[in-house]
Amino acid sequence: MAAGVAAWLPFARAAAIGWMPVANCPMPLAPADKNKRQDELIILNVSGRRFQTWRTTLERYPDTLLGSTEKEFFFNEDTKEYFFDRDPEVFRCVLNFYRTGKLHYPRYECISAYDDELAFYGILPEIIGDCCYEEYKDRKRENAERLMDDNDSENNQESLPSLSFRQTMWRAFENPHTSTLALVFYYVTGFFIAVSVITNVVETVPCGTVPGNKELPCGERYAVAFFCLDTACVMIFTVEYLLRLFAAPSRYRFIRSVMSIIDVVAIMPYYIGLVMTNNEDVSGAFVTLRVFRVFRIFKFSRHSQGLRILGYTLKSCASELGFLLFSLTMAIIIFATVMFYAEKGSSASKFTSIPASFWYTIVTMTTLGYGDMVPKTIAGKIFGSICSLSGVLVIALPVPVIVSNFSRIYHQNQRADKRRAQKKARLARIRVAKTGSSNAYLHSKRNGLLNEALELTGSPEDEHLTKTTSLIESQHHHLLHCLEKTTNHEFIDEQMFEQNCMESSMQNYPSTRSPSLSSHPGLTTSCCSRRSKKTTHLPNSNLPATRLRSMQELSTIHIQGSEQPSLTTSRSSLNLKADDVLRPNCKGSQITTAIISIPTPPALTPEGESRPPPSSPGSTTNIPPIGSNIVKVSAL
Amino acid sequence: KIEDELEMTMVCHRPEGLEQLEAQTNFSKRELQVLYRGFKNECPSGVVNEETFKQIYSQFFPHGDASMYAHYLFNAFDTTQTGSVKFEDFVTALSILLRGTVHEKLRWTFNLYDINKDGYINKEEMIDIVKAIYDMMGKYTYPVLKDDTPRQHVDVFFQKMDKNKDGVVTLDEFLESCQEDDNIMRSLQLFENVM
Repeated sequence: MAAGVAAWLPFARAAAIGWMPVANCPMPLAPADKNKRQDELIILNVSGRRFQTWRTTLERYPDTLLGSTEKEFFFNEDTKEYFFDRDPEVFRCVLNFYRTGKLHYPRYECISAYDDELAFYGILPEIIGDCCYEEYKDRKRENAERLMDDNDSENNQESLPSLSFRQTMWRAFENPHTSTLALVFYYVTGFFIAVSVITNVVETVPCGTVPGNKELPCGERYAVAFFCLDTACVMIFTVEYLLRLFAAPSRYRFIRSVMSIIDVVAIMPYYIGLVMTNNEDVSGAFVTLRVFRVFRIFKFSRHSQGLRILGYTLKSCASELGFLLFSLTMAIIIFATVMFYAEKGSSASKFTSIPASFWYTIVTMTTLGYGDMVPKTIAGKIFGSICSLSGVLVIALPVPVIVSNFSRIYHQNQRADKRRAQKKARLARIRVAKTGSSNAYLHSKRNGLLNEALELTGSPEDEHLTKTTSLIESQHHHLLHCLEKTTNHEFIDEQMFEQNCMESSMQNYPSTRSPSLSSHPGLTTSCCSRRSKKTTHLPNSNLPATRLRSMQELSTIHIQGSEQPSLTTSRSSLNLKADDVLRPNCKGSQITTAIISIPTPPALTPEGESRPPPSSPGSTTNIPPIGSNIVKVSAL
Repeated sequence: KIEDELEMTMVCHRPEGLEQLEAQTNFSKRELQVLYRGFKNECPSGVVNEETFKQIYSQFFPHGDASMYAHYLFNAFDTTQTGSVKFEDFVTALSILLRGTVHEKLRWTFNLYDINKDGYINKEEMIDIVKAIYDMMGKYTYPVLKDDTPRQHVDVFFQKMDKNKDGVVTLDEFLESCQEDDNIMRSLQLFENVM
């Protein structure tokens, strides 16, 4: 348990009062507080740094912790000083703020640690001085992006147990790594997109001549084959589109999205072609429609993250691109006009109009230089060279901005992937720590019973087995114990749980099971039995000593309620060979006798050997389900 | 979007003075100091919101899911229904739970069970609360938790508490039934020596 949270233990224990009226069984006693705690000043001398300053200095800012009466909560009467259990390095910055009125942000400090300290002292980070504010904001933004990324990937990885078929399908489409079927689908569609694009390209390649001395493109020579291929691809794309449409959580939004428009545009030409095959005048237009088939290549953007990043970059650099376009247009118009009027004089000049000069200007500014339009006059040549020199500048300027944007987004993506990979290892470690804490409780329970059994039989030599737990741990375990009592159920660990379920599904009573069980200090009891066991060795118990043994041998219990899940076992001795199987029934309501099996050293209870016969028939009669409410089977 | 989150102002709350709190609650100065330090450490801004509350409470119950019960607890602590619990609310509630009279404790518990704060506990509210308690147990329990275990638990409870069998439990019925039950009376004294 975290050290800070230990301070909240009193609160958690107090809140347990909410369970009391609901519980049917009495609660276990609280662990005694051996030494009455004084105020728990844990004097951690954090580097022992003592800062000194005037009171008036602090009172300059009365709405902070140090400037108000809130610091009285931290006053230490003994040493007459204010003790703060915080980082002394950051405190230096905080105190300098009071002295100079300016708050600085040290670069080596972690942003969240710094924020926490500021929050603690009640100082708004907005008053950070100009010298350090930019750095602070940048770091904060990076941190927030990281947190958002974490949240997003957390949400993506949550396994929502009750997803409808439609939702699982949508998840499979959006995230192909969720299941193998999704991955297969992803690769199949990718393959067919590639096939379709290649088909479209190869269709136009001339392959071989026909005896009529004409060169045919492959599309017309193998028309049937290409048509079949095209049909197959369009079939797949149509099916995919319809499935996505079906699975989409918001169909209207899906229809409007870019990817779905691309899908529709990619398959429309085929269907339009089917509809109007033999119409001569429209077939010209139809041929033009075929060009839209090239949009299929954009479907690859679902498969390639780089493409998506590129698209996203272009979108985010829209303003830079706009500026580039605008400045280019301006330059083109200027130079085209100038070139036109310069070349107007020369005969047979290709610069017939200003729009015709646009072509020359563009080709020159981008340094292409096809050479189909060349100035012939001297003025034309001069202006032509100015045009080409300025072209380089105008195009080169906005490009680095776009490139840096792309680079930033790309690296952010890289970092996100790296973080996701690291996250798995982190979560595994955190899970281990968590199970450690829950296992600690189970261990201490077993140890607690062991101790009780040992104490009951008074064998001092085994006391070294007891593990001393801190007061906080014992209080925490007492809290968990109260919860068990409230709900009448017990905590067990995972293997026992699975074993129980397995056994219940097998539904047999093999008596040879015992050796395996004897290795588990299995605890199977219902609530009240434990209580009676516990009260036996407490001073306020009024049970005579002779009855201690009988309680100990406990094979039975008073069971309340007809719905207790059953556990038929025969009685076991303290000697612990639980001869019959514990059969906790995962279903059905049967009445049971519960047994406590406690691992005690064999030397302790000789009478354990003789298992009194009356118990076995007693227990066997209880095995068939009985609807009675209360069963008392005692065995002594 | 990120910029919005950055601009979120930090709520900062400072409690009333130590003397006032000492007068209002049953705690001594030392105890209040200890409580405040723990509180401030976990919530530097001086208020607990529901998320933090749930996180802190869940740390004590690693086996199961304590969030629902923490939600009801939070509503019981947040008497002014502002969505955040200040140190004064916290300490007032603790004072009742740890140092209050039996009557006060039972009244607080009634308030906890009465989810919609209408003065009556009906079966659905009770089932929600009991289910939340059972959720804290987690999956690996012995005997195995069944789906209708909470409901049966509530049936037993209602049989005991609802004196006039009208389907709801009023505060007086609750107080009366609890005071008749020795187990409950004894368990209420269980945490007296906390702190």
